[in-house]
Amino acid sequence: MAQTSNVFKLAVASGKGGTGKTLLSTNLASFVSEFDDVLLVDLDVEEPNDSIFVKGLVSDVHPQYKMVPQWDVARCDLCGDCVDICNFNALVNVGKMIVVYENLCHSCHACSELCHKKALPMKKHHVGDVSVIKSQNLTLLEGRLNVNEEQPVALINNVHSLVNQNWSKYKYQIFDSPPGTSCSMVASTGKCDYILLVTEPTPFGLNDLKLAVDAAKLMKRPFGVVINKYGSGNKDVEEYCRDNGIEVLGKIPFDISIAERYSKGELLLDKHCFRSVVSSLYNKLENIRISQNG
Amino acid sequence: MKILFTSTGSEWSSKIDPRFGRAEYLLIYDTEKDELISTDNRSVNGKAHGAGTATAQKVFDLSPDVIITGNGPGENAARVLQHLNPKIFIDAQGLSVKDAYEKYSAGDLSQLPLS
Repeated sequence: MAQTSNVFKLAVASGKGGTGKTLLSTNLASFVSEFDDVLLVDLDVEEPNDSIFVKGLVSDVHPQYKMVPQWDVARCDLCGDCVDICNFNALVNVGKMIVVYENLCHSCHACSELCHKKALPMKKHHVGDVSVIKSQNLTLLEGRLNVNEEQPVALINNVHSLVNQNWSKYKYQIFDSPPGTSCSMVASTGKCDYILLVTEPTPFGLNDLKLAVDAAKLMKRPFGVVINKYGSGNKDVEEYCRDNGIEVLGKIPFDISIAERYSKGELLLDKHCFRSVVSSLYNKLENIRISQNG
Repeated sequence: MKILFTSTGSEWSSKIDPRFGRAEYLLIYDTEKDELISTDNRSVNGKAHGAGTATAQKVFDLSPDVIITGNGPGENAARVLQHLNPKIFIDAQGLSVKDAYEKYSAGDLSQLPLS
C-alpha cells in the first residue's frame, strides 16, 4: 500500500543469502545521505551487520518486548488445558508445574485468556533491542534479536511500528531484510512500497530469486532485480528476468576488489564503477517513487 | 521398569529414530509386563517449531525410567526431561529396537548426562 505522505519504503531482499543485500543497502543509503536525510533499517535481526559499514555513535537504544504467559503456581490446578490449547508447544505440563518456553511463544494470548484459573497472566519478555546510530544525514536503526530467541517476526514488526512512530518524516526508508522467503522476510518486506531483489548469476541465485519473486507477487508488492557479481556465472538470471518481464535495475560488476573492501567494512561509493551503478539505481528508484505517489 | 525407544516404526524390528523431537514413533517396553506399546508421534512432522517440547510432553506423560535414542534431546526437550530425570542412552541409530535393547542390556550404550 502506498504511504499517505511521500514516504518511500524500499525493502532490499533476496531469496539466497550472501547476494549483496547489505552491500547495496548501506551504499545506497550512504549515497542518498550525500544530499538528503535517509533512514536505513537493519531488519536482519538474527545477524544484523549494517552497523559495520555505517560508522556513528549509538544515540539511543529501544528495548523490545513480546508478551508471554507467566505461570502462577498459587492459582494453577494443573488441569493442562493450556498445553492442549497452545498451537506452538510453548507450554509443557511436567506433573507438578507448567513450564513456559518463552522462546517458542507466539504471543497469541490463547492460554492466558482461556485459563479458567487465570493462572497464566501475560508479562513482557525482552526479545532484543533497536539501536539508533547517527551518521550525519544517515540514521541507522539496527534491530538485534537476543541470542536464544527463535521468533524474529515479533521484533521485526516492532521495528516497523517504531519507524512509523518516530521516523515517519524520513522520505527515504531503506529496509535491509533477512534472506529467504519465510516469515521474517515477509514481515520485513510485506508493507514496503517496493522490493529490490538482489541476486547473483548462478543456479542458486536464480532458484532462490524465483522463490523471492513468487513471494513478492503473493504480497502484491512491486519489485525489481539487481544482479550482483555480474559477469561471473551465466546468463540464466538475465534471461529469466527478460522472459518474465522483470525489470533489472542494476548490475554490480564482479570485481574482487569490491569483495576485499566489503570484507574490511568499507563503503564503496568512491569506486567509480560501483558508484555509477548505485547512482543509476537511485535515479530509477526516484522515478518509481514519484510515479507511485502520483 | 519402562524403557522408551524413539523409533521409525511400531515393531521390535523397526529402526531406532536418531531424532528425539521428530521421532516418528515412541515405543515403550514394560519389562515387568513384557509388552511393547507404540505411540504414533508423526503429528509433529507438520510443526515448524516446538516439536521438541511436544514430544517431550508425550514422553513425560509416558514416564519412562530409561530412554534409548540416537542424537539425544535438544535443549527445550532436555529442560522438560529434567523434571522426569530418566536415564538417557544415545547413539543407538542404525540399530533395530530389539538390537538396541540388547546392547543396552549388555551395558554397551553410552549414557547422556542430564545436567
